[in-house]
Amino acid sequence: MSWDQLTPLLWQAAGETAFMVLITLLVGGFLGLALGLGLYLTRPGNLLGNRFVFAVLNLAVNVVRPIPFIIFLVALGPLTRAVIGSTIGIEAFTFAMCFMATFVFARLVEQNLVSIDPGVVEAARAMGASPFRIVRTVLVPEALAPLILGYTFLFVGVLDMSAIGGYLGAGGLGDFAIVQGYRQYDWAVTAVVVVIIVLIVQAVQWLGNILARRALRR
Amino acid sequence: MPAATGAAAGSIVRFEGASKVFPGRGRGAEVRAVDEVTLDIREGEIFGVIGQSGAGKSTLVRLINALERTTGGDVVVDGVALGALNEARLRPVRAGIGMVFQQFNLLASRTVAGNVAYPLEVAGWSRSRREARVAELLDFVGLAEKAGVHPSALSGGQKQRVGIARALATNPRILLADEATSALDPETTRDVLNLLQRVNRELGVTVVVITHEMDVVRSICHRVAVMDRGRVVEVGEAYQVFSAPAHDITRRFVATALRDRPSPEVLERLRARHTGHIVTVGVDEVAGSSAVLTRTLREHGVDGTVVFGGITEVAERPYGSLTVELVGDPAAVEAAVVALRAVTWVDDHGTAARPHEVTTGDVVPFDEPAADPAGRPNLGAPRRPRLGGGLFGGPTGYTEGNEL
Ligand SMILES: Nc1ncnc2c1ncn2[C@@H]1O[C@H](COP(=O)(O)OP(=O)(O)O)[C@@H](O)[C@H]1O
Ligand SMILES: [Mg+2]
Repeated sequence: MSWDQLTPLLWQAAGETAFMVLITLLVGGFLGLALGLGLYLTRPGNLLGNRFVFAVLNLAVNVVRPIPFIIFLVALGPLTRAVIGSTIGIEAFTFAMCFMATFVFARLVEQNLVSIDPGVVEAARAMGASPFRIVRTVLVPEALAPLILGYTFLFVGVLDMSAIGGYLGAGGLGDFAIVQGYRQYDWAVTAVVVVIIVLIVQAVQWLGNILARRALRR
Repeated sequence: MPAATGAAAGSIVRFEGASKVFPGRGRGAEVRAVDEVTLDIREGEIFGVIGQSGAGKSTLVRLINALERTTGGDVVVDGVALGALNEARLRPVRAGIGMVFQQFNLLASRTVAGNVAYPLEVAGWSRSRREARVAELLDFVGLAEKAGVHPSALSGGQKQRVGIARALATNPRILLADEATSALDPETTRDVLNLLQRVNRELGVTVVVITHEMDVVRSICHRVAVMDRGRVVEVGEAYQVFSAPAHDITRRFVATALRDRPSPEVLERLRARHTGHIVTVGVDEVAGSSAVLTRTLREHGVDGTVVFGGITEVAERPYGSLTVELVGDPAAVEAAVVALRAVTWVDDHGTAARPHEVTTGDVVPFDEPAADPAGRPNLGAPRRPRLGGGLFGGPTGYTEGNEL
């Protein structure tokens, strides 16, 4: 195919990737933050220490995270059908991505929170702050820089996951590179997609670094 | 003068057989961090808690603002029994008690003003009232010009001032200070102690200080409790406790912190240098100044040479000991020692030829000796082994200063 025909397809693929990645970053970022906070807070000895809840959350994260995403897609099938109504298409695929991103980000969040000096949490507690207030005014602000870097890292991971969207007919840049490039022996197409993805990752990483540095400048 | 020791003052914190038992980690045995402590802290005083590392000082003080809950007994703060309150009802109690920490525990993400404003936000103050109060507090601690900087740009002493301003923000009636000066150099320690004293005097705040530093206790505390393995083994007026320590732990604390008593090694060297009869004589308010010592020796025709020792102040009264070489007729020396025993305590080390073993002055490391800042006056080291001409005493005696 000529670039005249390919260009609109490339745009469409880019749009699909943008849809998948942005939704996942939004939903997975929010739920991952919540789950990560849950892990941190319920760890025995912490603010809402609860051995049982922590064990359940911890196990869930440990079980889900290492599953290769392509297998996870299949395993999640029944749930995807129940929620989305179908196991294929961009919505079904994005659902699975949100799921995985939540668990990946949860661990990143928890690890960043652990690095906060417990003394400042204690000080806030001594001043009568409630756990919710401590989350809002101590934990998140104090860990903001590493959280931003973690979120940047999540972006790269999500972009990576989105590359196999073709398996569920979700389209996207990865699918475009395989269908229009690899299978057509058109290395130029593959190369263009690779360059585009590298540029996006570079841009996002650069932005993340800047924001994190700004959060640290204090 | 430490005036607010009045027995008439009511109790603001009362421990009623309070215990805190931590479950053992893993398969370890449980830890009785605080063991059935009954104690009153009086309104308006500066109360010291001393003891070795791990004695339970921090846990005891954290029971006051319920950062730790009692596992037995109860703690009554300002008439409110904490044991009966749930977590949500404890929050207002905590908000009414200020706390400062060894590591300051300031929020790195907020400016100095933002840190001081934090408890006011928690307490629901309006923005305009917050700003006025923050300005007032920073003024009080002398950091008005640092309002806009982040804590990372401050020195340790400045950070602790911010910590104190933050702790005072909501006008608490109690201020808890857990090793508040232990991370500071001696000079900064003085500043912070002076500030705590001002808080107590000018604002009438009851201050509870945990410390392993004698300097802290002896300069600002009205009363002290001595802790050992979760128990309060001694409590009373600071001067009383230190001039007549009833418990071994207290004696060690005093001896190590003051370093006025010769250790066995020092005694060994003293005996090598001085062939006369060596005694260590207590100097305190009750026993009078070293003038009494001088007079007694003169009356018995005995020459005294100060070879070791130091006198300092506890609760603004003289306190310490002098180790003296006595030279004279053996019977006269004996009589002089007896006469001295009538007014103060005396450790008789004997002579080089016939040494006596005395254990009361033994210096056993008390607590975190490594934390001892270098610049502190070293009372123990005999800077001038012999004083002018071998005569003991002088026109003013030696009770006033730290130096010999
Ligand atoms: N959260 C805790 N869990 C288990 N043991 C603790 C905890 N906090 C303190 N302890 C133990 O309680 C004892 C007293 O500790 P602490 O009050 O910190 O002593 P101090 O302040 O006098 O050094 C120590 O043996 C310490 O290990
Ligand atoms: Mg402690």
